Amino acid sequence: MPFFNPAEDPGPDFAALAKLQGLVPVPPSAAVDERLQITHATTVVAIRYADGVVMAGDRRATSGHIISHRAIEKVFPADRHSGVAIAGAAGPAMEMVKLFQLQLEHYEKVEGSQLSLEGKANQLGQMVRNNLPAAMQGLAVVPIFAGFDTRRSMGRLFQYDITGGRYEESNFATSGSGGSLAGSVVKMRFHEGLTRDDAVDLAITALFEAADEDSATGGPDMVRGIYPVIATITSNGFERVADTEIAQRFVGLLDALSSRDGGGRLPETSTETAGGAR
Amino acid sequence: MSMPFYVAPEQVMKDRADYARKGIARGRSLVATQFAGGIAIVAENPSTTLRKVSEIYDRIAFAGVGKYNEFDQLRIAGVRAADLKGFSYSREDVDARSLGNQYAQILGQVFTHEMKPMEVEILVAEVGLTSEDDQFFHILYDGTVMDEDRFTVLGGDADAIANRLEESWAPELDLRGVLAVAVAALAGPDRTLEAADLEVAVLDRGADRRAFRRIERSELPKFLPKN
Repeated sequence: MPFFNPAEDPGPDFAALAKLQGLVPVPPSAAVDERLQITHATTVVAIRYADGVVMAGDRRATSGHIISHRAIEKVFPADRHSGVAIAGAAGPAMEMVKLFQLQLEHYEKVEGSQLSLEGKANQLGQMVRNNLPAAMQGLAVVPIFAGFDTRRSMGRLFQYDITGGRYEESNFATSGSGGSLAGSVVKMRFHEGLTRDDAVDLAITALFEAADEDSATGGPDMVRGIYPVIATITSNGFERVADTEIAQRFVGLLDALSSRDGGGRLPETSTETAGGAR
Repeated sequence: MSMPFYVAPEQVMKDRADYARKGIARGRSLVATQFAGGIAIVAENPSTTLRKVSEIYDRIAFAGVGKYNEFDQLRIAGVRAADLKGFSYSREDVDARSLGNQYAQILGQVFTHEMKPMEVEILVAEVGLTSEDDQFFHILYDGTVMDEDRFTVLGGDADAIANRLEESWAPELDLRGVLAVAVAALAGPDRTLEAADLEVAVLDRGADRRAFRRIERSELPKFLPKN
């Protein structure tokens, strides 16, 4: 059982405790991705709406051009009122999420009270910053953090850069290879006071459009029934949206897209229509 | 060099035990008991910020009586040990028995080797999936571990309280029922205890993961019998 004298006591900081106990991995000393194919997880998005925040992530992990996993999850509860979504090298990212979840719980148990949402966001920033040596060797992790701030009664979003820079976003945040594509979709349709339905649909559309352009982002897999992980974070806490609901919303989206041009969506490139009436 | 006086080891141990027992007897007692929905821990504690009962892990709670700074130090060490174990292995691998044994080692070590023993008595309670799997490890200031069932009482007045509890306790009591019994046992025949004198927490058997829940003082009157 770990005991410390007052000068060395790590307090409520689990990461520091794990380090003192030798449980934190040493960053690689040479570039890893030149010699090995690293598994990457891609597009995640978070959108603020009237009651809180919706977070969504596709399910694909890639190693180079290979799909290494078609059903990984990238959106996790961080604690009751916050969530974290990851993009980047999958292994270190999963480890970071696990450590972050534990860090928040550990703090709460040792101190007897929860960290503020801002405090949680800063904690995650420090973890990203600590990952910088590994990021320099090709193991970058860039999460987004979102939560319901119970003290201010509103949803809040935080985006990070590879050096641990923490940026609070007012309306939406994205990360990963398809992040900017998804971000453009959200930017076009975002407005103040989105309802839950609109926000979930917007997240689905954003991921669909990102998957349409980015090979590392997975679209809905209706054959296997694999859909993005979507969660809402409100005063009720972190709640996963059911797969059946997401499947229905995808059907709705596909109907809307295919009916856009009257009957059936035209292929974007076709030898038959080239030089034709259109 | 001066020769220290010879003191028989029996005497040393007896003096230390008396010292610890006196320290513990100065504080107020605490009851932990099974009920239909899990485990309830009821402490006589007028403070809402300095807690005697707290969460260690998903299904494990900690309670201490005696000197606050000493059992709080033990509590934090327990949270650390549990979180580290769950982090390096799996959450399922964290159990009350192992924590109880580690506490016993430390208390035993301190009792024999340090200047003074810790003036504490602690409890590690784990709620199982069924009531047969519930565990109470009651650890004394000298490292003695007792594996108890149904209920356990910590503190100076433990025997009298346990006797009172024995008379009215029943396995099928719900939370309200068990709180009434536990509070009456803690109070004894000559006193009544109000919500403002109590700290109550439960380990909820049906919880998904974190089973520990405090019953805050504001919601406590709902669960207590009207006087």
